[in-house]
Formats: sequence, structure tokens, C-alpha cells
Amino acid sequence: MLAKITRREFLKRSGAVATATTFMTLAGGKPTFVKAKRAVIPQNMKKGKTYVTVCPYCAIGCSLLVTVSEGKIIDIQGNPDSPINEGKVCSKGAAAFQLVKNKARQTKVLYRAPGASEWEEKDWDWALDRVAERIKETRDRTFIEEKDGARLMVTPSIAHLGGSTNENEWLYLHIKLLRTLGIVNIDDNARLCHASTVPALSGSFGRGAMTMAVQDFYHSDLIIIMGSNMAENHPIGFQWVLKAKEERGAKVIVIDPRFTRTAALADQYIAIRPGSDIVLLGALIRYILENEKYFKDYVLNYTNASFIVNESYQDTEDLDGVFAGYDPDKGIYNSKMWDYEREERPAAEKEPETLTEKIADTLRKGPPKRDMTLQHPRSVFQILRKHYARYTPELVEKMTGIPEATFYELAETIIERTGRDKTASIVYSMGWTQHTVGAQIIRAGTILLGLLGSVGRPGGGVAAMRGHSNVQGASDFPLLSNYLMGYIPYPGQSARTLEDYLLAVSKPTGWMSNTPKYVVSLLKAWFGEAATPERDFGFDALPRAFGDHTLFGFLDQMNKGSIEGLIQMGQNIVTGGQNASFIRTRALPKLKWMVVVDPFLTETATFWKDSPEVKAQELRPEDIQTEVFFFPAAIFAEKSGSVTNTGRTAQWRDKAADPPGEAKGDLWFTYELGRRIKKLYASSTLQRDWGIRHLTWDYEPEDGGEGPDIMKILKEINGYTVTDGQHVKTFLDLKDDGTTACGNWLYAGSYPEPGHNRLADREKGEGYSLNWGFTWPANRHILYNRASSDMSGRPWSENKKLIWWDAVEKKWTGLDVPDFPVTKAPDAEPKAAGIGLDAHSGSAPFIMQPDGVMQLFAPLVDGPLPTHYEPVETPVGNLLYPKYPHNPVTVYYRDINELHGVANPSYPYIITTYRLTEHWHGGAMSRNVPWLSELMPELFAEIAPELAREIGVKGGDWVEIKTERGRIRARALVSRRIRPYVIDGKIFQVIGLPIHWGYAGDVVHGDITNDLTSIVGEPNSRIHESKVFTAHIRRLETST
Amino acid sequence: MTQQVGMFVDTSLCIGCKACQVACKEWNGLPVEKEVYFTGHSYDNTKHLSAYTWRHVKFIEQFNEDRTEGRWLFLSDSCKHCNDAPCMEVCPTDALVRTEFGTVFVDQDVCIGCANCVAACPFGVIQIEEEKGVAQKCTLCYDRLQNGQEPACAAACPTGAIRFGSIDALKAVAHDRLETLHRRGETRANIYGEDILGGLNVFYLLLDKPAVYGLPEAPRSANKHTATSFGLGALGLAALGIVGLVSFKDQRMKARQEAQENKDETISS
Repeated sequence: MLAKITRREFLKRSGAVATATTFMTLAGGKPTFVKAKRAVIPQNMKKGKTYVTVCPYCAIGCSLLVTVSEGKIIDIQGNPDSPINEGKVCSKGAAAFQLVKNKARQTKVLYRAPGASEWEEKDWDWALDRVAERIKETRDRTFIEEKDGARLMVTPSIAHLGGSTNENEWLYLHIKLLRTLGIVNIDDNARLCHASTVPALSGSFGRGAMTMAVQDFYHSDLIIIMGSNMAENHPIGFQWVLKAKEERGAKVIVIDPRFTRTAALADQYIAIRPGSDIVLLGALIRYILENEKYFKDYVLNYTNASFIVNESYQDTEDLDGVFAGYDPDKGIYNSKMWDYEREERPAAEKEPETLTEKIADTLRKGPPKRDMTLQHPRSVFQILRKHYARYTPELVEKMTGIPEATFYELAETIIERTGRDKTASIVYSMGWTQHTVGAQIIRAGTILLGLLGSVGRPGGGVAAMRGHSNVQGASDFPLLSNYLMGYIPYPGQSARTLEDYLLAVSKPTGWMSNTPKYVVSLLKAWFGEAATPERDFGFDALPRAFGDHTLFGFLDQMNKGSIEGLIQMGQNIVTGGQNASFIRTRALPKLKWMVVVDPFLTETATFWKDSPEVKAQELRPEDIQTEVFFFPAAIFAEKSGSVTNTGRTAQWRDKAADPPGEAKGDLWFTYELGRRIKKLYASSTLQRDWGIRHLTWDYEPEDGGEGPDIMKILKEINGYTVTDGQHVKTFLDLKDDGTTACGNWLYAGSYPEPGHNRLADREKGEGYSLNWGFTWPANRHILYNRASSDMSGRPWSENKKLIWWDAVEKKWTGLDVPDFPVTKAPDAEPKAAGIGLDAHSGSAPFIMQPDGVMQLFAPLVDGPLPTHYEPVETPVGNLLYPKYPHNPVTVYYRDINELHGVANPSYPYIITTYRLTEHWHGGAMSRNVPWLSELMPELFAEIAPELAREIGVKGGDWVEIKTERGRIRARALVSRRIRPYVIDGKIFQVIGLPIHWGYAGDVVHGDITNDLTSIVGEPNSRIHESKVFTAHIRRLETST
Repeated sequence: MTQQVGMFVDTSLCIGCKACQVACKEWNGLPVEKEVYFTGHSYDNTKHLSAYTWRHVKFIEQFNEDRTEGRWLFLSDSCKHCNDAPCMEVCPTDALVRTEFGTVFVDQDVCIGCANCVAACPFGVIQIEEEKGVAQKCTLCYDRLQNGQEPACAAACPTGAIRFGSIDALKAVAHDRLETLHRRGETRANIYGEDILGGLNVFYLLLDKPAVYGLPEAPRSANKHTATSFGLGALGLAALGIVGLVSFKDQRMKARQEAQENKDETISS
């Protein structure tokens, strides 16, 4: 036998001689122990070809390496070459392999006939044809060309939802198809998470996106994490915060109602009552103003502090809680009342020639008046002082629960750690966005950082931590009702012609005066040769928005029966949507048809069959006449395309392997659906079908393989010159005369020449790693980085340098790509009658803003300055403005749900909802993953021991939590991490509730937290208020 | 000989994200626990190390009643790869071997599943996997080490709380870190594992006493010459009449070995 031992076996055994000896001795009967020697036992290692992809979970954009052997994915690890994650992953990223190789993945096309109680299997062809026919039939029957004298060109009865985990190229193609079909009811996951970010950040700075790069936290001297649980929800982003703390001595302050895993690592944790953020932020603003601790040069020159506001303006301090222009009947503001006082409009220096010049010249006003002494009573600076005069430390203690002494300590830390030599960043997330004052909380954060001069500088900025792998992309390529593309507002019903539209959305000054170039280039990309100037480049084929087409708007319509068809891709509205039981029982069942494209059978896909109401026989499948199509989708590692992270860096996913069974990529789905729809309309001569017939859809691969050719789509997104098809290099190349085509101006330059897809650039370099992926705009990593230098173009300090003016070369240079015209000198004078950036000086860093400065005072839908209002459900009234307990322009959906109002005795507890590291959003991508599910198997409610005693509960007991919308069961997790708050002398208990559970899948289940939440809209963005509402809680004897 | 390697787990950097726990399962292909349920104990629902959970994150909440003071401590726990490893001492078949990296490895082909090691380990690290009938624990990713890679948990750890490297280098890092924390006023910070069981090759910086983390202050080395451990050894097996099991295992081993040889021959011919 010994002779037969192979070399490999010999090697394997030779190191373990002692083992063999022991064995032989044992077999012989007399035990003798021999101390083990060092052994070498060769191990097999997972080997194969590796592909680079991006993690499918949050939006940090962690690069992953997928190992493939014999066509099968065998392993997924963090990519050590990535400058973003440096090989690190969190628990979800570590589980990505099990997400791909997952028994719960669906591999067949499923069909549910109206009223049926079971699925039946179908083939792709049949199902796609049937969906195309249903779309056409619904569209043709309900299409509206004109209504009440307005041009609409709308298919009002079809809606789309979802897509923020899918790639940009798909988003682009899908938007193109939906819009051309006349669909306006379009929304995605971004509506529910960061919808309020866009108006807030663009209101203050010009762009609705995080101002910094993920890695830039490393350069911060102070990191305030407020409204974000970063260590739990963005662990890999948090590594940069910890590095700053440990290696650079940065201070980390966490302000949160709960003591979270983020709080555990902070230098200081400050507990704040949910829903009182603006009181604290307003008081910090006041403290900095009154103690003259603001960064004077920055504030004077780079913000609108010196601008003078019209006499028509009146503050909430004058009007007991509302601003001038409030219409109490309609619940809206007239923001014209808050405009600046302006100089006379100067005469044009020359006749406008191009479309862009004509539009800008028509819109041009006189420049705002300024008082550089900041003393004018109507200067923004003095208005700010007056507005926040009553936001005192005493009030902070009374309303937020933060002791006065803690407030002073916080304020002093902030002052100490900002200025010329130091910068602060603020990290926020859903803890700020999901409020009826969501946009204004964010605005308050921007005002604070603006006063401190910490924006556009290394380690300084506002970090909106986004939560889906491509939710940034799904905002840039907006599957959102209110944008056309690249943050250009969507046309409304007043836009009969292209010119009407451009006059409504373009700007006379600042970068967005280029809007006509981007719109015309988009139309050229979509409608090709048919997009002639005589036809307004095909503008009439775009449907016009004519109401509330956000998610809540169309759910309302669904309830009323006017939405017949819903396409849902990559979103699970039955767990992730607010008032989920309403969605299950009153909205979705009224659909005539629904398409779900997903890797898993979600709660949404099976609502007609598996919902608690069906199980309880309150609803019967035969009464639900919704025809349901389920298409099995490929998952991240099984498709190519780019996703954009929270820091605007778009990275390419390589396809590593084919999806299982009959699953297909989303891009293929939309491409095939588009082909079928185009075929159905091929012979139509109707004007309403013009767009579909002329829609460019030529993505066949040159090699005759299966379409679409993603590189053709990418070229269309990047842009090209129409005559010769040459790729454009940047958005500077785009024209408004129809000579260029470009799908999304923000991504112009991402594919600058054949053979160079910058999205797939993977060069880890020094500093900001400028050649890793493509960061919009134009690869600029820190937005507004002109603000990192003083007015003369010199860095504010040597250790905070970023870009600066090179007087010899006469250009801006530095560590990042300048977010400024490269050759515009710091001393360049503004042109009084100039349009675009000509109207700005060389010291106007906020190039997107009409006036080139950060807007401390910014006209949002709900006012120009953040003001404290209580949540729509609150245990206490508004101590600052008793007449207006809630945001006076909140959007209510009264046909959908009841709200508890102020101090409702039936619902005495404050409740807040959130996510956990171990799970992901609506749960389909984590509850189906056993490795994640075992870590957090059941829905639980976190309560303080004080509340547990009050209701007679101990840890592990079942509790019932109830609101006017619904009731759910959860296990009690009793912890002192949760605390009661003493507000205005009364004690209030808080319930914390994660959101991830549901009834679908076969690993873990639980009640749906969103059965408790309400549908109510923040006025700027229609985001909900799940971060704070009220509820009742009681002990249950059992789970049933 | 390859130099002694190990891990330094700096709990002051741990964020309790459990990436290590999942990365371990992913790399080693480990299933989830047979029973999965909510424990009510902080954010810990897997409770302890097991045959299926070779790495486990502990959660300790320390808050006073009025919350003026509070800490949430996390510890990523695993096999300590002791220099004087009690499990090795009591293993009757020497299935627990000291690898070329100085780590402790269960040779699955040699383990007979007697569970002596389970009783001997003062940290509750080793468990018998019932279906295979062999002892299971962290290998410190022996396969990765042989291929020049760090263990999966260390590679994944977002914050560098799990550091892999040569023990000497790690000790230097640990002491620097301890000094820093003491300077910052973390007076209870201490290094755990340098002076017990001949030195743990996976050692810790703790922010409180070991007992707070459920770690023994002074674990005793198992002594193979003591009656107890000897009894738990081969004699014990004989006394319990399970020598037959050993023989069975031996047969199984042989069969597997032969199959492997045949396979090797097939490949070579």
C-alpha cells in the first residue's frame, strides 16, 4: 500500500508523521501520545478567472472581484485595488456570493392570469409580446393629446417604479422608452430615500449631490454624523471616518436619537429627540453668527450673505411661523415674494444669436444688490440673524433634550475645528431626508457649513450617504417624475413648444444657461434624423407632466382606479413603501396588469397570493383582477454596465457569468420590449405615435450576436457629433443646433473615444485616484473646489490646498480637476449683461448657481430658510410657532390615510424606523440570503427599560405596535441604548423599529414595519416621514 | 520554517458590522446555524462559536441608568491559535496540528470526532460538526495563508480591527495602540492573550476586563498527563467502548485515501 502512495499524498502526509504514528499505535491498542510537529498539509484554493464588479448593496461603490471557474461564479471578494474600499467589505458585501448563488432566485418567466390563485410558467417570447400588447392597448385607449387647452401627449394610466440597483445604461434606455410611450408616472427608489436631498443641496450649492468624495472624509478635522447611521449602513464609507479619527486626530461627533454602532465609535455622542433637528442646527447657526465665529472672507465673497432681499419678504418671525406669500387655502407659497432686490437690467452688449443666447437673454434680469458691510437690515446676513434669534441654547434643551452645556461644548468644538486651516464635513442620510421638513434640515446643515467655510475644500462638505448601489445613477438618469435628464427639470403642461419649455427651465446666468444645448442634444440622441429644428427636434413627443406623478401621487391615482398598468423593476414597494397595507389592499389590486422584473419573487410580485390579507381571507385572489407578469432578472455579477456611487464616481461592472436558468439582464428586457413595441407601432401615421416610430433603437451588435450592444448605448449617452459620429470629449462640445447628440450631458466624456470607456478605468492613483472610474461632472471629485482657494486664487492654507491659480501658466491647477473654467483668472470681472458664466467673476466658486455663490438664503417650495416645524405626528406642539405645528405646505394624501396629529392620547409614543447592517431595505436581497438572515432573523422593536417596565415587557417578548394605518408584531429588544426624552418638562418614550421584514422568500419572515408608516409628502420632494411618527405599543402573550 | 503569524483584534476599532463573520462563512463555505432565532441579547443572534460559525461578533452594552455614561463594545471572536493549545494536548489522534505558520489546524481526515478538544478548549472555540463527525474551527484560512493571502476576515474587516501579520509586528502595533488609548483616557484598555497559554496567536486589545467579554482571565493549559485529560483521551474512548468508532473512522480514512490515490493515478496516467 505504501508503494502506491502518490507524490501528492506523500507530501500531504509527510508533515503529519506523528498523526500516522498515533493512529497505528491506537489501532495496535496501546495509546502513546506524540507531540505534534509542525505540519504542512497542502490546501486547495479557489482559483479561476476574475472579473471586477461593484457591490449590489449600498452606494459606497465597493469594488468586488468575482472568481469564475468553468463558467460558474465560485467566489466574490473585495477588490484590494479599489481606492474606495481597498478590498474591504461589510457583512452584506461579504455575503454577495450567496446572493448570486441563491436557491430562492427565480429562473422562470411566471404569469398570473386575472383572478387566478397560482402562477403558470410561460416563455419569454409569449410574455414579452403580451406585455407589449398590454402597454399598447392601455396607451392607445387612454392617451391624452390635449386637455383644457394644454398640450399633454400623455399616457396617464401606466406607471413605472424602481431601478436604483440597475445600471446606468439600462436606466437610460428604459427612460427613453417610457417617456416616448407618454408615461409621466415614473419614480424610483430615490423618491423614498434622498428625494429631499436634491432640492436642498441644489438650492444651496447648485447641484443636488454630495459635494465630496467618499475617501475625502480622511481629510476632515471634524465629522458630524447626524441623521446617518454610517457605521451600520455605510461601513466602508465609515472606514475613512475612522481613519481620519485615528490617523489624523479628527473629531467624530454622532447626533442621533439612538445610540447606534456609529455612536459607539464616536468621540462624542449626543442624543436628540427625533424630529427636532432644525432647532439644534438653527441654534448652532445663531451661535456662530452672534459670536462672529463665521469664516468672514468666505461668507462675504462665496455666499449670498451680502445680497439684499426684496421689501416684500417677511420672515416667520414677522408672521408667527409662515413666510410672506403663504396661501393658506392652497397650502402653498408664492416664492416671488422672496426674490432679491435687483439693479436695473443692463442692455445686452450684442444681439443674441444661438438658441442658448436667445433663451438666456430673454430670462436675464438685473444683478442682485449687495451690501458688503452686511449691515443692511434686508441683507441675507441680517435676515439670518433675525430668523434664528430665538433658537437659543435654552430652547435647544427644552425642545431637543440636549443639555445646554452639551450644546455649548458642541458649538465650541465646531468653531475650533473649522476655518482656514481646518474643515468639517457633515454626514447625513435618511435621518434627515425622511421628514416633512427633510429638505430644510439638509439646508440647515449646508448653511452651517457655508458659514464655517467648509464646502469645496479637502475634508469639507456635505455628504449625502446614499443607500442603493446605483441610486445616484437613478437620479442622474432619472427614473423620477420631475427630471428629464441630468437634473434638467421635466417639462410641464405649460410647455407647448421647445421654447416654452426652455424658458421655464433654463437659467440666464450660471452654468445651467447651457440647458438648451443639453436638451437639444438629448432630443437628437432620441429621435435621430427626424429631430429637425422645424419639428422642435421632436420635443412634442415628450409627454408633459400635469400633476403629482411621484410615487405617492400615482399610488393615490391607483387607489382611485386611474392607473391600469405598473412596471416594477428592482423595487419592492410592498415592504419598502409607506402604508404598505394600503399599497397591498387598495392600490395594487386595482391594477389591470403589473410587470415585475426581479431576481426574487418579492412581496410585491406575490401580493395577490401571499399577503397577510389573502392569508386571512380578507382578500380573495379571485377578486384581484390584476394580470401579473414576473420576469426573472440577472443579478449584478451577471451583467455589464456602470453604477454611480454616492460620491458621483461611476464604475463599470464586468459581466462574470450568465444568469441562471431563463433569467435575463434588465437591459435585454427593455431592449426587447422596445423592439416589440416599435414593431406594433411601425405602420401608425398618428402624430401621437411619431416618437415611438422615430425613437432611435439601433443597438444591434456588429457581430450579429444578441443585442443590445451596450457600447452603442454608452456612446449615445456620452454624445457624438451627428455628421461624422465622433465621440464628444466633454459637455463643452455640445451644441443647441442639432449638430450634436448626447443622452446625458453629465456623462459626456465618460466614453471619449472608441476603445476608451472611462467608466471601466481602474487605475488606483495618488490622492483622489482621478483615473478610477469616471466622476461626474467632468471627473471633478470635490464639487465647487474653486472655494478651496481665496479670492486671489491662493489656497486658504497650505494643508488645505486643493486647486489654485497658477499665475505663470495662467490656469487653475491642483490635486483635483478644477470645478471652474480652467483659464478664468481669479480677478476676472463679471459682465453686467453677461449670460452664463460671463455674468460671474473669477471668484464665484458655485458655478451652477445663477449668481455664482452659495445660497444661504434659498427659495425652496417651503421657504427660503429652514424653520422648525414638528412632524405631522408629534407628542408635542411647536414651541416656536404654536400657530403652525407642522410644515404649513406639507402635502397630505387624505384619501389614503389618517394621521395622528399633535399629542394624540391613543398614540403617545414616538417611533422611528431604520435599517441594519445585516439587512437591506425591503429585504429581498438580504432575507433571501441565509448568511445575513441568521445574523438578524426576526423583526424587533428596540425600547428602553423604562418603557419595557411601563408595558410589562422583557427582552424577547412579543409586542404589538399600532398606528392608524396598521398593526404589527415584533420581538422586544430592551436596551439602554434607547432613551426617553424630556421635552418641555414631559417624558416621552421612543420605539425603534427596523424595516426589513416581509412575507416572501423562504429564509426568514416577519411583519412589515411599513404597515405602520403614513403616506405624507415633504413639499419639495414628496418624500415621506418614516423617521418620526407616533404609535401605541403593548405586550402580546404570543406571536399570534 | 515560516514565521509565526497571527492576528491582532483591536476591539477599539470594531464597528460590529459582522463582515468578518460572513466573510469567514463565505470563504470556508459554512452553512448557517441549524436553529436561527432572535436572542434578545443586543445585536447578537448567533450567540457563540460553533461548528458552523468559526467567527462570531460579541456585543456588550454598558450604560448607566441615566445614560450619562455608555459604551457599546464589540469583539470579533475566533480560535486563538494558542501556543500551548489545550485542544492539541488532548487530541488522541493528533488531528490538531501545528501548521507551518504556527497556527492550529484540524486535520479533517484524521479527526475522529471524540470531542476531547471541545472539552479542553477554555474559549469554547471547537465544536463537533455532527454530520461529518469531525471537529471544526477557524483554520486562520490555512488555504489562503499557503497562497500568500491574509485570512478572509482580516481582508474584509472595514476598519482594520482585525489585523493579520507576524506576531512580533502585531505586538508592536498592539502596544502602540494601547499607549494611545491610555493617553486618551481609556484606562481600562488592556491587551489580552500575550501571557496566557504560551501566548495566543490571535490576541486582543480590550476596552474592559476580559470577563466583560466572556474571556477567561487565566485559562489553564490542559495537561495530557493528568488523569482527566488522559481519561478523555484514548483510554477514555476505550472505556466508553467507542474504539469501534475509531476503527470505523480508520476504515473510512483508508477508503478515502485509496480513492484519492486512484484519482491521482488516473490524472497522472
